[in-house]
Amino acid sequence: MEKQDYISEQIDSLDQREPVIEIRDLHKSFGDNHVLNGFSMTLYKGENLVVMGKSGSGKSVMIKCLVGLIQPDSGFLSVMGKEIKTLDRKTLDALRSDIGFLFQGSALYDSMTVRENLEFPMRRHKEKLGNIRDTTPLVLEALENVGLAHTVDLMPSELSGGMKRRVALARTLILKPKIILYDEPTSGLDPITSKEIIQLMGRVQKKYGTSSLIITHDVDCARVISERMVLLVEGKNYIEGSYTELSKSTDPKVEAFFKK
Amino acid sequence: MAYVLQSYKKIRQFFIEIGELSYFAMRYFKEALKPPWEFKELLRQCYHMGNRSLVLVGVTGFIIGLVLTLQSRPTLQEFGAVSWMPNMVGISIVREIGPVITALICAGRIASGIGAELGSMRVTEQIDAMEVSGTNPFKYLVVTRITATMLMLPLLVIFGDMIALYGSALVENLKGDVSFQLYFNTVFDALEFGDLIPATIKSFFFGFTIGLVGCYKGYYSKKGTAGVGIAANTAVVTASLLLFVVDFIAVFVSDIFFEL
Repeated sequence: MEKQDYISEQIDSLDQREPVIEIRDLHKSFGDNHVLNGFSMTLYKGENLVVMGKSGSGKSVMIKCLVGLIQPDSGFLSVMGKEIKTLDRKTLDALRSDIGFLFQGSALYDSMTVRENLEFPMRRHKEKLGNIRDTTPLVLEALENVGLAHTVDLMPSELSGGMKRRVALARTLILKPKIILYDEPTSGLDPITSKEIIQLMGRVQKKYGTSSLIITHDVDCARVISERMVLLVEGKNYIEGSYTELSKSTDPKVEAFFKK
Repeated sequence: MAYVLQSYKKIRQFFIEIGELSYFAMRYFKEALKPPWEFKELLRQCYHMGNRSLVLVGVTGFIIGLVLTLQSRPTLQEFGAVSWMPNMVGISIVREIGPVITALICAGRIASGIGAELGSMRVTEQIDAMEVSGTNPFKYLVVTRITATMLMLPLLVIFGDMIALYGSALVENLKGDVSFQLYFNTVFDALEFGDLIPATIKSFFFGFTIGLVGCYKGYYSKKGTAGVGIAANTAVVTASLLLFVVDFIAVFVSDIFFEL
C-alpha cells in the first residue's frame, strides 16, 4: 500500500514538471483505416515514458507525426513548446536537431561507413555544433558511449543487428538531443542483446539527461525503463500509470499485454 | 461489366501515374534550382553512373558497330556501294543507333539500380532517417541522381558512338582493306552539326527520363521488400518505353529545326 502511495505521489509530481511533448486529440487515417482516434499524452522533461500497443495500433504513426514525417489529420502536437503543424521547413529542421529518433530497423545508410553515418547529421546541423573542423573526436566519443569505437570504419552490412542498433543510437546522440524517440528499440533482437540495449538506453538517459518516449510491445523493456506507461488501444490512450500499477490491472485488455 | 470496370481502373491508374510523374519532374526543377546544392553527392553519383557503365556501353557499342557493318556489307556490295559504308554506318550510329542503344542499356543498368536503391532506402526507413536528421531527401537523393544521369548520358553516348565506329572500322579494315585513317576521314566528312547536335541534346533528355523514372519508382516504393523488386522492374520497363516516346518527339522536333 505504501509503495502504491509513493507511485501516485511520483505521478502527481510529474504534473508540476515541464512538458516537452504534448499531444492532444490526435487523429490519423489511411483511407478507411482509422489508425489514431483521438490519442493524447504528455511527456515531461527528463522522463522515460513508454507507449505500449499491439502491432498496427498506430504507435509508429504517432511517433512519426511528432517529427513531421507524417501529417496528422487533426489534433494538437507540440514539441518543446513549438506546434509542429505551424513550423516552416527551416524551423522544423532546427527543432529536429533536438530530437533524436531511433528507428525500428536502425535505418543506417547502407552506402556509408559507420563514421560517415555519424558525420551525416553533424554536417546538416553545423550551426548547432559550432564550426567543427575535425569530426573524429565527436564520432569516437559517440561510439565509445555505445561501446563500438572499433567499428568506426566498418560498413553497416558488416555489423550484427544489435551493433547496428547501438550505432544508430550513437548517431542519434551525436547531436546531443534533448528528447529521444525510440521506435521498438528491442524488436528483432535476441533477449541478451535486448537487455544490453535497454541498459544502454538507461545509461544514455542518465548521462545526457534526455527525455525519452519509447514505443514498444516488449514488456521486459517497459518494466526496466519506464517511469510511466500509456497503453494505446484502437487508436486511443486506453490507460495510463506506472508499470507496477498496470501489471496488476485486472482489465482484460491491459492483462493481455502482461501475460507471459 | 467486371472487365469494363477493371479496364476503367487501369486507365485511371495510368493517368494518375502520368500526373504523379509530371509533378515529380516539376518538383525536381524546383528543388534543383534552390540552394543548398549537394555537389559532393552529385560527383559521387556521376562517378557511379558514368564510370561503372563504361565497360557495358563500350562492349555493346563495339558489337553493334561490328555487326551493323558485317550485315550491311553484302547488300551494299550487291549495289556496288561498299565505299558508302563509313557514311551509312557513321550517320546511323551518331544520329540514332548510338543514343538509343546506350540509353536502353543505361535504362537497364541505371534506372533499375536507382529504383532498387531508393526502394530499399524507403523500406528500411533510411529516407525517413535522412529527413529527421535535417536533410531534404528529395534534394540529396533525387536531384543528384537525375542530374547525374542527365550529365553522364551524353558522355556515354559519345563514348559508345566512338567505340561502335571503331568496331565498324575494324571490319572494313579486315574485309575491305580500308585503312582506319581513310575510314574515319570519310565518316567525319559525312557527318554534320545537324547530326551531332540533335543527338547530343536528345541524350540529355534520355538521361533525364532514365533518372526521373528510376527515382520516381524507388522513392515511392511500397509493399515492403517485394516493392523493391517491383520498383526496379517497373523502372526499367517504364524508362525503356518512355525513351522511345522521347526519341520520337526528338526526331520530330529535329526534323523541323535541322531538316534531316
